[in-house]
Amino acid sequence: MSSLAETKAAVVEEFSMFDEWLDKYEYLIELGKSLEVFPVELKTDDRLIKGCQSRVWLDTRVQDGILRFRADSDAIITKGIISLLIRVYDGRSAAEIAADNFDFVEKIGLRENLSPTRANGLNSMIETIRKEAERNV
Amino acid sequence: MDIHQIRSQFPQLGEKVYGRQLVYLDNAATSLRPVQVVEKWDEMSLRHNSNLHRAVHKTAVDATEEYESTRAAVAAFIGAAEPAEIIFTSGTTQSCNLLASCLENGGFFREGDEILICGSEHHSNIVPWQMVAGRKGLKIKVLPVDDRGEIRISELPALLSGRTRLCAVAQVSNVLGIINPIPEIARICHANGTLLFVDGAQGIPHLATDVRQLGCDFYAFSGHKMYAAPGTGILYGRRELLEAFPPYMGGGEMIESVSWEKTTYAPIPRRFEAGTQNISGVPTLRPAMEMCKLLESREISAGSDKIRTFLLDFFASRPDITLYGNPADPARKLPIFSITVEGAHHEDLALILDKMGIATRSGQMCAEPLMDRFGVTGMLRASFAPYNTMEEAVYFTECLQKAIDMLK
Ligand SMILES: Cc1ncc(COP(=O)(O)O)c(C=O)c1O
Repeated sequence: MSSLAETKAAVVEEFSMFDEWLDKYEYLIELGKSLEVFPVELKTDDRLIKGCQSRVWLDTRVQDGILRFRADSDAIITKGIISLLIRVYDGRSAAEIAADNFDFVEKIGLRENLSPTRANGLNSMIETIRKEAERNV
Repeated sequence: MDIHQIRSQFPQLGEKVYGRQLVYLDNAATSLRPVQVVEKWDEMSLRHNSNLHRAVHKTAVDATEEYESTRAAVAAFIGAAEPAEIIFTSGTTQSCNLLASCLENGGFFREGDEILICGSEHHSNIVPWQMVAGRKGLKIKVLPVDDRGEIRISELPALLSGRTRLCAVAQVSNVLGIINPIPEIARICHANGTLLFVDGAQGIPHLATDVRQLGCDFYAFSGHKMYAAPGTGILYGRRELLEAFPPYMGGGEMIESVSWEKTTYAPIPRRFEAGTQNISGVPTLRPAMEMCKLLESREISAGSDKIRTFLLDFFASRPDITLYGNPADPARKLPIFSITVEGAHHEDLALILDKMGIATRSGQMCAEPLMDRFGVTGMLRASFAPYNTMEEAVYFTECLQKAIDMLK
């Protein structure tokens, strides 16, 4: 498994290939479509992330200090963003995630392009992942 | 004036977003502002700024004159019997709260009384009534809409009881865009001794409105949705009803005299306007109302009708798109189009349209009970103003198609 820094750099690199935001959306949509299927029985209210216009469910499991994330959303671009977050943070230690600054989100321009509307609740998703990590350190 | 001359008065229509021409289709949230409105605001702020009613100096007299003549102009604009029936508020939401509070504190409701609210209302015309109902032990009943979004008027008489004190309904829902049959509702309500409050927030920007022809007892709207400054709004009420109201907030200007023993209150409408008012904003209602009248011209409304027909046909031709608010008589439809698309989430559509330069709205649109009624978590809404063009409508449908293709 590549390091957290390497994975973040790879994601930033992939995103920099697209100049146009519409193309980045296209890419996020593809990622969203290929996200691993989320079991329906996990779509419970306690897994819902608050502050999103679309519904986002995040399931966290802990195995020997390692966090495993699964997530879903009814909106596909949001799903694409989740899939990026999962790719970067899934399978890492709680300590490593809690210490991270989530800076790749700024670097690919997700925050300024999506967050002003708070539509997809990007901040809520990040906060939830960070809190889960802090809780399990 | 033709549409291009009109458009040149709304500078924001020339703005670019992400390097693309802005296509503003979120007019039901707030309209754009014409230069005349901004100039009025500037004039009031830079040359005539002064507090109202209080001082004897020339500037104060001028500012008061601007404010009070706006009140008279609003009264004439909506066909009120006299300026005193016009209360200035900060917007429709405050108008609803003022009305609810005054009815409650004026002893209008008794425990067990009922309020009938239309099922397609904006939260602003639901929550204040729920709050009063909670405090006073009132029952809220719902006047339902059918699958087309039309009020089930045939059910209205049976929903009214001897205890129904008030009916609250929008002239036009901000989601459905259907012109509701207010005069008929007024007749049925009044025959039952029920007062009628009409939320005109979406009606006033599109419809020449006469409150006495509508037959309502109270009427509210927001300045910012009809080209005026934000933070301006109106509550209209018939004199004999307003006169029975206690004050809304206590403070300056709403009093007649204050002493430690006994304070008496100013007559209507000042009784309801405590504290320093929106002295720069309110006068912008005058150029805004002039703009409304200009936009009622035959040429402009013919253009709007064409856009409506074009979009109704477009949505009807698409089995994957559901349009909410599809009246049997298309003439009752305003150009507010809320849709869901099979296999495409409203938020995704709005995000992609945004990157194409189109401003739309997605989500529950402050009408959660209506979303529940139609069994959806949200919708995509494109709301047109009279200054929008057919080219923009066509561009919207093309971009919507592209967005759907991207998402499928
Ligand atoms: C039908 C309706 N009622 C009330 C409101 C609330 O208006 P405001 O936010 O200006 O108080 C709106 C605006 O969104 C509306 O569309």
